[in-house]
Amino acid sequence: MSDDVMAEIHRDYLFNLVLKGERDDGRAFDEFRDISIETGVAGMAEGSALVTLGDTQILVGIKIQPGEPFPDTPDVGVIITNAELIPMASPEYEAGPPREGAIEIARVVDRGIRESKAIDLEKLCMIEGEKVWIIFIDIHVLNNGGNIIDAASIGSIAALLSTTLPAERYGLGEDSPLPVRDIPVAVTAIEFGGELLLDPSLEEGKLAGTVYTVITNSDGGISGMQKSGIEPLTIDQVMRVVDMAGTAAVKIREKFLEV
Amino acid sequence: MSEKPEHFIIDGKRLDGRRVDELRSVKIKLSPLDRADGSCYLEWGRNKIMAAVYGPRELHPRHRQDMTKAVVQYRYNMAAFSVNDRIRPGHSRRSIEISKVGRDAFEYVLFTKFFPKTAIDIFIEVLQADAGTRTAGINAASLALADAGIPMRGLISACAVGKVDGEIVLDLMKEEDNFGEADVPVAMTAGGKITHLQMDGHLTRDEFYEALKLAKIGCDKVYKLQRQALIEKYSGEYAENDEDAIPQAQIGDADE
Repeated sequence: MSDDVMAEIHRDYLFNLVLKGERDDGRAFDEFRDISIETGVAGMAEGSALVTLGDTQILVGIKIQPGEPFPDTPDVGVIITNAELIPMASPEYEAGPPREGAIEIARVVDRGIRESKAIDLEKLCMIEGEKVWIIFIDIHVLNNGGNIIDAASIGSIAALLSTTLPAERYGLGEDSPLPVRDIPVAVTAIEFGGELLLDPSLEEGKLAGTVYTVITNSDGGISGMQKSGIEPLTIDQVMRVVDMAGTAAVKIREKFLEV
Repeated sequence: MSEKPEHFIIDGKRLDGRRVDELRSVKIKLSPLDRADGSCYLEWGRNKIMAAVYGPRELHPRHRQDMTKAVVQYRYNMAAFSVNDRIRPGHSRRSIEISKVGRDAFEYVLFTKFFPKTAIDIFIEVLQADAGTRTAGINAASLALADAGIPMRGLISACAVGKVDGEIVLDLMKEEDNFGEADVPVAMTAGGKITHLQMDGHLTRDEFYEALKLAKIGCDKVYKLQRQALIEKYSGEYAENDEDAIPQAQIGDADE
């Protein structure tokens, strides 16, 4: 009960700030928290990245192994994306198989990478119908400080950019960099108090009626979207987020990923 | 998977003869199931969808009850035989995600605060799938909720828009979904408030805006069909004892 009362008070506080055009941590509505990316942090993985976005910390590891393609796509490699909201990351998380929240995160990150065609999957086919490379993207959330989707998306593409195809280990030729040709960036907004805020903090995310993610590519095109949460959005609001997300993604891409 | 067609649009007509802004044919049957509190059978092109609603009813296990509102539960499920290659029965990651965003699509129009401690259960079974099952499921669920007499602000109407041969088109069929350039499923209230929105593929900002506007036109068409089906089923029934008759205007819009 006391939690509920605190939540109400906190909500009112954040709401009144938003009405004044402010946020708790002093950011502008379209401003991201600080992002840092460190690659090569998990030595046994073929690629990895530790990303911090404000208080959120996510470790993404890439493992690659040869395997069979899906029967309906015999001539391309396979991407499998999984997200674990491990109990270490938040008092609210419990051990066990991924639930809908984790599944949604993994599927939205997967959508961005797949639909932007960031990985050249045709180059990952060795023998059509028999042998392709299978890319496992495992997203390990270490600390939930809000906006996991964007951090996981940045971490996944950063990890993929640092990934080596382990051909030698399997006696399949020489190791080579994973063919990555685009940098999809997810940008998430919430609607709160009639305003649209990018990169919601943990508290903002909890109070939001709606969470809306837009994934854009290097060419400015949109490759994925997901609206989640119960409050509706108008067409105008959707387009405002699309425009804000496009601008924010350019900055993120320039600053951190095209190194 | 079948081969990719060379062209999706020839002389303004699509593979199945539709124009770019045309829906597939829709058939609606209300209350086909008598155990459920409300139900709807929907044929949408070659999709066949059954939706059933139970509740508001007591939610088990009890610790999941919410003292302040009803808990909405939405289960989207594909029958094993609904597609070419049999799918393993039970929840997949795809169906879990579709169930989550499907539930989110309805909570805004349901007066959940009227029914604390209860569950409103929405079940969607895809019996035959031919692209657009999540939006068809939402349309059927919307009618099943109305059929169950659950108080709502209004109906939710859904359709997908996409891009094929460089053109924005309404309501993707199987080939357009598999080989097209983008897919945008949308659900909204009659007043155009968006309660469900996903997208994959590749669209520019302006193409997306065009797609969203076309989705609004599509959802308006769906809404008319849904409304017509409810009026056909219920206006006669209530008119018999005319004091209870529902004026047509009351079957309506979440935003009025």
